[in-house]
Amino acid sequence: MTKTVLIADDEPNILISLEFLMKREGYRVLLAHDGQEACDLIMTERPDLLLLDVMMPKKTGFDVCHEVRAHADFKDTPILLLTAKGRDTDVAKGLAMGANAYMIKPFSTKELVQKVREMLGAAV
Amino acid sequence: MRRFDKRVAIGVAIIGVICLVWLGVTGALIGASLSESEREAVRNAVGARGVLLVVMWAVSLVVVGAVLSRLVAYFMTAPARLAEEAQVLLGTDVKRQLVPTGSIENRRLTDLFNQLVQQRESLRDEMDVRVAEAAHNTEQEKNRLAALMSELTKSVVVCNLDGRILLYNNRARMQFRKLSQAPGAIGGTELIGLGRSVYGVFDRKLVAHALENIQHRLQRGAAAPSAQFITTTPSGQLLRAQMAPVRSPQEGNELPKMTGFVLMLDNITREFEAQARQDSILHTLTERSRAALANMQAALDVLEYPDLEPDMHERLLKVLREETAGLGTRLREIKSSAVDGTVLRWPLEDMLGADLVAAAIRRIETIDNLSAVAEQVDDSLWLKVESFSLLQALSYLAERLKQECVITTLQLRLGMGDGRAQLDLCWQPSADKATTEVIPGWETDPMRSGGEDTSLTIQDVVERHGGAFWFGRDPDSGTVFFRFLLPLAAPQEQLETASMVRNESRPEYYDFDLFQSSAQTRSLEDSKLSELSFTVFDTETTGLDPANGDEIIQIAAVRIVNGKLLRHESFDQFVDPKRNIPEHTIPIHGITPDMVKGQPTIDKVLPAFHQFTQDTVLVAHNAAFDMRCLQVKEKVTGLVFDNPVMDTLLLSAVVHPNQESHRLEAITERFNINILGRHTALGDSMATAEVFLRLIPLLAEKGIFTLGQAREAAQKTYYARLKY
Repeated sequence: MTKTVLIADDEPNILISLEFLMKREGYRVLLAHDGQEACDLIMTERPDLLLLDVMMPKKTGFDVCHEVRAHADFKDTPILLLTAKGRDTDVAKGLAMGANAYMIKPFSTKELVQKVREMLGAAV
Repeated sequence: MRRFDKRVAIGVAIIGVICLVWLGVTGALIGASLSESEREAVRNAVGARGVLLVVMWAVSLVVVGAVLSRLVAYFMTAPARLAEEAQVLLGTDVKRQLVPTGSIENRRLTDLFNQLVQQRESLRDEMDVRVAEAAHNTEQEKNRLAALMSELTKSVVVCNLDGRILLYNNRARMQFRKLSQAPGAIGGTELIGLGRSVYGVFDRKLVAHALENIQHRLQRGAAAPSAQFITTTPSGQLLRAQMAPVRSPQEGNELPKMTGFVLMLDNITREFEAQARQDSILHTLTERSRAALANMQAALDVLEYPDLEPDMHERLLKVLREETAGLGTRLREIKSSAVDGTVLRWPLEDMLGADLVAAAIRRIETIDNLSAVAEQVDDSLWLKVESFSLLQALSYLAERLKQECVITTLQLRLGMGDGRAQLDLCWQPSADKATTEVIPGWETDPMRSGGEDTSLTIQDVVERHGGAFWFGRDPDSGTVFFRFLLPLAAPQEQLETASMVRNESRPEYYDFDLFQSSAQTRSLEDSKLSELSFTVFDTETTGLDPANGDEIIQIAAVRIVNGKLLRHESFDQFVDPKRNIPEHTIPIHGITPDMVKGQPTIDKVLPAFHQFTQDTVLVAHNAAFDMRCLQVKEKVTGLVFDNPVMDTLLLSAVVHPNQESHRLEAITERFNINILGRHTALGDSMATAEVFLRLIPLLAEKGIFTLGQAREAAQKTYYARLKY
């Protein structure tokens, strides 16, 4: 069964590459350009994995995390946070908010793909 | 001629009577042993010579008298005189040698007295020399300190524990001038001055908090306890203050007590702005560059895939071009926004975590219907915190929880996690309130705590600590919490406990006698006139009817603190009355329309004056008129002058009820005071102040010592009935 990955980032330049990479892995890809759009898509499309940027308009990646985890249906959905905020306190906060993993920009796409594969494998 | 001594007369009389009685008894005995004829013969033989007997008796008495008076003088008067003279030597500073008189014993005593006096004098001389030396040294130390303080590029303010200013340097005066919101040259005089409260500038709670921190450290025996804080002033300036305690001399084994504190101030507004700008530029640069690099790297990675379609290839190249151009632009922007290299961080202090938790609990418990307990507090943790704002944040959260989530008990938790401290404010969520609903926004709302708004948000507090803050839930117990991630400090200060404060390691300080001026805890009414602080003021006006449009055109004031007229802490300001000045009044006050044109208006000047008079008793000559001028402005400015008021006119009438005139000229003439600039507001204020200072001892002679007594006496005088 095809897995669905939601990518939420307000920068179109990263979306192009991430979308390509995820599609190439054979996943169905949903794109969101802000936190609110991401939340709406999660409720309707029920993706299997979330790739969230932290700094987004309307709702931050932390907020989306918090909301998703508060919802019983999604409490096990794997979340990978992508962010340019690189302080250890941000990492601690992201993990506390319920993210499963955290990657600081810039990251290697190979590692990202590998990580997504692992997380989806584990979630099965 | 020596005074006749009664004792001699009494002695002579007694001996005379005894002689008579003796003679009589002898005669009677002889008479009894004789026969009648023999008695007859004796009577015949002596009878006619009886006068001789009496004369001889009298003569013998004269001799007795002479001998007695010599004896009295020799044995009784001489020691008595010696006692009197010794009394004089003992009671006064008279230096002289006593002349030996009287018996040998008395002469020896006199000699001994003389030697004792001599010994005393030489001791006294020696002591005088030492006192003079000590005074000289003290004076020199004072001068050195004064020089040091005036040369310092830092502002220094010394206060007693009540926050009254005891000492300040010129730099501090200049700094406060900049902080003042008052217009013109008067700026700053309402903020700094001997005897004024520093709380005019600093938040009382902030200072109290710093003091408490220092006290704790003193109690723990830290060698150099000091505290730092940063505060914003009402005028929006940012001050960094370093506080050090002034300690009392050590007595026995007791730890030294604090008697006051020294504040060293830096205005860091500009540095801080620069720093904030630099921070934000750096921050944006890092985050944006990270993002841009991520975009580029991802694009590059994807470009390497062989199965790329031409359209995608072109899009990725475009991404690369865009991002490189963006990076270049940002770098250029940074170069142009010249940022200087001054580094300033919000000062974080080392604090024992358990102390912080205890302080937080104390603070939370001051909120009605809220209780807090410590739970799982790691006693070994030392934090690096800015405790004041952090405590504010905790109590703000507690208050909001109480109001919005109906929480009554809170727990504080402190532990380690990943190289940082976790400070949790925990509670059990009530079933009917969905706690999660209220959480968004709490982080970014301006905090309100203890009924006071602050401009800070939780986010700001977290930023100051380079920490993080979030809302969480324990999966097992269901306990919910706000978590602060805070930086840790090395547990260093505990070591200092071992090196207990020793005498030689304590800082030297200088006794200016000022520390003795303690809290005016007694109500003002019972305060002695000689101990109060006064603002002596005068106003010049366009006329004598303030209620019907006459306006103030000049206000001046001087201060009296500790019985001294502080000439350099004066207030003198022209006021634009926004109306014409009647021609006929100009010769009286000498103020022409161009002198007040463009000067601040009364609503700008009165706030500064109000602050200048704070915590003082107002004094004016014919005060009722000046007070009336201030009172008619109450509505416009919202400022009420409710200080106690003294009137030198009335007090003069109390002291000299028989004098006809109590005009200021008449009184100054009576007291022989020279007025410089009569009928200028400042000149009249100075004169009134001089008069007032001379009235205080005269009032004391009439048994009038306190403010209450003086006011009562003034009211009784006839002039009290004058009303404007």
